[in-house]
Amino acid sequence: MKPPAHNQPAGNTPLLSVRNLRIEFPTRRGTLVAIDDVSFDIARGEVLGMVGESGAGKSLTGAAIIGLLEPPGRIAAGEVLLDGEPIHTLPAERMRKIRGRRISMIFQDPLTSLNPLYTVGRQITETILTHRDIGEAAARKRAIELLAEVGIPAPDQRVDHYPHQFSGGMRQRVVIALALCAEPELIIADEPTTALDVSVQAQIIDLLKRLCRDHHTAVMLVTHDMGVIAEAADRVAVMYAGRLAEIGPVRAVVQQPQHPYTRGLMGSIPVLGADVHRLVQIDGAMPRLNAIPPGCAFNPRCTEAFARCRS
Amino acid sequence: MLAFIIRRLLQSILVMLAVALVSFGLFRFIGDPIHNMVGQEATAAEREQLRQDLGLNDPVPLQFARFVGNALRGEFGLSYRMARPVTDVIMERLPATLELALISGIGALALGIALGVYTALRRDGWLSQFIMSASLIGVSLPIFLIGILLIYVFAVELQVLPAFGRGETVRIGWWTTGLLTESGLKSLIMPAITLGLYQLTLIMRLVRAEMLEVLRTDYIKFARARGLSDRAVHFGHALKNTLLPVITIAGLQIGSIIAFAIVTETVFQWPGVGLLFITAIQFVDIPVMAAYLVLIALIFVVINLIVDLLYFAVDPRLRVQRSGRGH
Repeated sequence: MKPPAHNQPAGNTPLLSVRNLRIEFPTRRGTLVAIDDVSFDIARGEVLGMVGESGAGKSLTGAAIIGLLEPPGRIAAGEVLLDGEPIHTLPAERMRKIRGRRISMIFQDPLTSLNPLYTVGRQITETILTHRDIGEAAARKRAIELLAEVGIPAPDQRVDHYPHQFSGGMRQRVVIALALCAEPELIIADEPTTALDVSVQAQIIDLLKRLCRDHHTAVMLVTHDMGVIAEAADRVAVMYAGRLAEIGPVRAVVQQPQHPYTRGLMGSIPVLGADVHRLVQIDGAMPRLNAIPPGCAFNPRCTEAFARCRS
Repeated sequence: MLAFIIRRLLQSILVMLAVALVSFGLFRFIGDPIHNMVGQEATAAEREQLRQDLGLNDPVPLQFARFVGNALRGEFGLSYRMARPVTDVIMERLPATLELALISGIGALALGIALGVYTALRRDGWLSQFIMSASLIGVSLPIFLIGILLIYVFAVELQVLPAFGRGETVRIGWWTTGLLTESGLKSLIMPAITLGLYQLTLIMRLVRAEMLEVLRTDYIKFARARGLSDRAVHFGHALKNTLLPVITIAGLQIGSIIAFAIVTETVFQWPGVGLLFITAIQFVDIPVMAAYLVLIALIFVVINLIVDLLYFAVDPRLRVQRSGRGH
């Protein structure tokens, strides 16, 4: 279950480098290994898609990178390098200064991501003032510019509105503006479109793509929607039971998946107009964290497993 | 917003009328008022004359209307026991109760919020665990027991605080205050603790539970992910959201502090309206009881109104109704 060694486009130091990451949750009944030996790189300006079922560890990996693992979860081994510098060992206060400034995060549900008691303008200026040494008035001007940039009409009026006065799609735009407001180098987008209407999803993905291209921001796009990956990502990483099953350019992974799990995943996507009566189904379910089989975590469900997969 | 206030005011008036009906019922149904007023030797004719003079032969709705009319002017008749206007007696006693309730209410609120926030943020610290365990005592010990224990320790054994009474008071207009003299302040300490301890633990536990809830929300995670400082996250974003339900409970608690100061006032012989009410019950002093009932209802209604208005001030979702929505 080792990813191919050459998953990094040629070039100098990658923006983000995750090396042999292992995340554990100590519990009364022993330690659960939620993420095991996960390694990948993200280059500057690159969009890396991260797919997998619920519970595969996609969001957890994102939380570990930005330093917001909820205790008792902890990084037990491996490292997270930002521009070649380890950030997983930084003291809390220095990590806080990286959050929002160099690495930002977008959450799944725009309806709950904004504080209901403050205007969106206040939340944006507060974030700008945390990271930039500029005055209130300049920050407010910048907030209005940002709202305009993410496509909110009449931003000079909307800046004084409260979150409940925006629709879901508009709120996700506000969230994107908040994530972008200190010009980070990397955005971790944790299922940014899952909670939205299908018609709005495409708009939000387009917006995210355009903004990141304009600002040369890298994105780690966590999702379980292959359509979103195909549309937006440069490369894709497939996660299964806390491990990386496969990583590579989107086209290659979609058209010639190497790992049987990825093949199953691709086969289970309905294709319009295809003359198929039944979709491919992978028998069984993802193992629980306390019962991950030895060898490749997928081997009990795999139709092609051989001896080496089981040890 | 204006429509809301008017609606709430109308509701309040209905509540007050209902309470007035109960108070009025006291006169009619707890014994014969004439029997309570005249001596044993009064003749039937004299009784009938008095009944006529007092309007007790009028139809009940008319009597009730008269009662409400008098109440609006602050007239509840003469106290049977003291033979003085009830309003005067209550006004004399009211400052003592209000000062006691206010001091213990403010103390309970301030300390309760501070401790609640602390125990929520340092959930696993030993001091938090200790405070949480100690708060169980506050919740479970009956008020009178706390009062008696305090008296035993500080008044009997250590002899540092007075065991009863209000100490010296200073008159400002019709208001008498014990807050300006040393003995007045000393006398206030133990009753205020006794009265406020339960509210303190209640508010603290409520704030802690709410705060833990809010700290788990997405907007707090997002605030952290944007790199805001712990202070901004905890006190700027989390605390304000925590306070919404706390306002409701605190409002009701302050009302009940005033209404149920009876036990504390009895234990410490505090000369407030609670003590007055207890003696009124002992002597079947119906006008005093009726007036007390109406007064407490009025306090509750006013506090509830203030709480509703505070909600408007704090929560923008109520303030801005359906404007600019639907993009």
